[in-house]
Amino acid sequence: MEVTINNIRKEFERFPALNDVSLKIASGELIALLGPSGSGKTTLLRLIAGLDFPTSGKIFFGDQDASHHSVQERNVGFVFQHYALFRHMTVAENIGFGLKVRPTASRPPKTEIRRRVSELLDMVQLGGLEKRYPNQLSGGQRQRVALARAMAIEPRILLLDEPFGALDAKVRKELRRWLREFHDRTGHTTVFVTHDQEEALELADRVVVMSQGKIEQVGSADDVYDRPGSPFVFSFIGESSQLPVEVRDGTMLFQGQPIGIAEAGDGAGELFFRPEDVTLVDAPDALFGKVTACRRLAGTRIAEIDIANDGHAPYHVEVEVPLHAPIELGSETRFRPTRWKVFRK
Amino acid sequence: MSEDARSVLGNPPPFRNPADERPLAKILLIGLALVFLAFFLLLPLVSVFVEAFRKGWSEYYEALIEPDAAAAIRLTLLVAAISVPLNLVFGLCASWAIAKFEFKGKSFLITLIDLPFSISPVISGLVYVLLFGSNSLLGPILKSQGITILFAVPGIVLATVFVTFPFVARELIPLMEDQGTGDEEAALSLGASGWQTFWYVTLPNIKWGLLYGVLLCNARAMGEFGAVSVVSGHIRGLTNTMPLHVEILYNEYNFVAAFAVASLLALLALVTLALKTLLELRFGAGAAGGRH
Repeated sequence: MEVTINNIRKEFERFPALNDVSLKIASGELIALLGPSGSGKTTLLRLIAGLDFPTSGKIFFGDQDASHHSVQERNVGFVFQHYALFRHMTVAENIGFGLKVRPTASRPPKTEIRRRVSELLDMVQLGGLEKRYPNQLSGGQRQRVALARAMAIEPRILLLDEPFGALDAKVRKELRRWLREFHDRTGHTTVFVTHDQEEALELADRVVVMSQGKIEQVGSADDVYDRPGSPFVFSFIGESSQLPVEVRDGTMLFQGQPIGIAEAGDGAGELFFRPEDVTLVDAPDALFGKVTACRRLAGTRIAEIDIANDGHAPYHVEVEVPLHAPIELGSETRFRPTRWKVFRK
Repeated sequence: MSEDARSVLGNPPPFRNPADERPLAKILLIGLALVFLAFFLLLPLVSVFVEAFRKGWSEYYEALIEPDAAAAIRLTLLVAAISVPLNLVFGLCASWAIAKFEFKGKSFLITLIDLPFSISPVISGLVYVLLFGSNSLLGPILKSQGITILFAVPGIVLATVFVTFPFVARELIPLMEDQGTGDEEAALSLGASGWQTFWYVTLPNIKWGLLYGVLLCNARAMGEFGAVSVVSGHIRGLTNTMPLHVEILYNEYNFVAAFAVASLLALLALVTLALKTLLELRFGAGAAGGRH
């Protein structure tokens, strides 16, 4: 099911939670809504589900305008952040709930419901746990019961709110891979909300980066990481350092010294670069500063460098250095970004 | 080896939790509480039953089936049967509104619900006298229509409803606020209608709290004296509830009968207490509250 979101605006008591958001989700796609808390990602997910309604704008399911359809009419599978399993029902009753409450005409017979429930339980690899109650399950198991329950109604799209938020790191990673396989097997259009960029980049076909009620960038993991479209995306995704620069005739100047070329137009700008896109080089036009700290990070080493700022607080940047580079604390180091981006102020 | 160590070092002092009292203080505190309870609760309770059975079973039985007493018991049951369901519905609606929606004047509504707890029951009764009495605005109109409220069953029911309406709501509001709307949203997203959501999800989630609130509400509805006394008119066999009947019998020095009826009310209290304890055992102290 293709989902199209057109110029959605959502206000809570006059405060805009979403501001003119448009997005096209292709059928069968796995999409991540990524952003810090308060960026409007959960609000957008709830609007798609029909758990909230937009102040203005439209939402289409396929060609159908679903903006005024209730949550029941939209037939979406929604997995809640804390699962919202019905605690007084067994696992089987939870999963079968969506079928049981159907109007008599479309309600499958009891034996059929039972068959479907055990089929779904097998699909989420929880066969044999029919009779358990939610409080007798682990977090990861609850999560999968919630998913099975959402899938039972044969939803047109699957929506997940922070699906792994409440789980510990190891279970998180397992479930992440499992969800990817699950998606590839069922082919459902899936949208999930997360504040964890690693999760979004690893799992999703496309990542929607949001900030302050707006979509900052939509793209593949490579797009948002390698070609960030805005200062926010550059600093939110991955590690980065920034320095104020001045662009003049295609040359970028830092503290009056030319340090490279820039495609941005003339004027004040902000230079962004990633720690790994830096070489240590002894050249007169290189940046230089004092190493204040050095820390080991998996297979690399990160040096924290303070660049003097004419009596003000120094600029703080982080660069990746080879494991065996002769870096001493307090020593002066010269380096140059190999890939960078300048955003106009 | 450990044997040796002990013989050299002597037994270490037994571990004591820093928040634990010393044994003497414990005994004193527990003893004080027990003496207090025995004197102020157990003694009166026992004396009610002792007085009631002073002249034996048959006198006791006679006092209860005597027509005026039987009428009082019937009226009390009737009043409870009307006011408890009314307050159940009201309490559910109010706590639903307060716990699940945001609206202006919410905190005012919560204060309003507490009102019957904070004013004297006599005032609650007087309110209805002022509202429906012969000198009031409504009284003559209702009278011309042949409707009597005061000094009749409707007045007693109204006063009882007023006095007992916080019980269910007070019990449910914290419970429902704590549970939030997640389960309801889940049910709706699975295609359930509003009624199905209420019936299959909301109600099972609050059933024990609801039962507990109803229990307290019922105990108070049957036991209410002040408000009912003002609006009842004390007509024997007609508008006397059990508590009022007890007072009249007592004032007539008919102690055995007075205590016999009183023992029924005491029994009700004991049953309520037992059920409450059962409920707490069933689903933990948290939901059955101890909030009053």
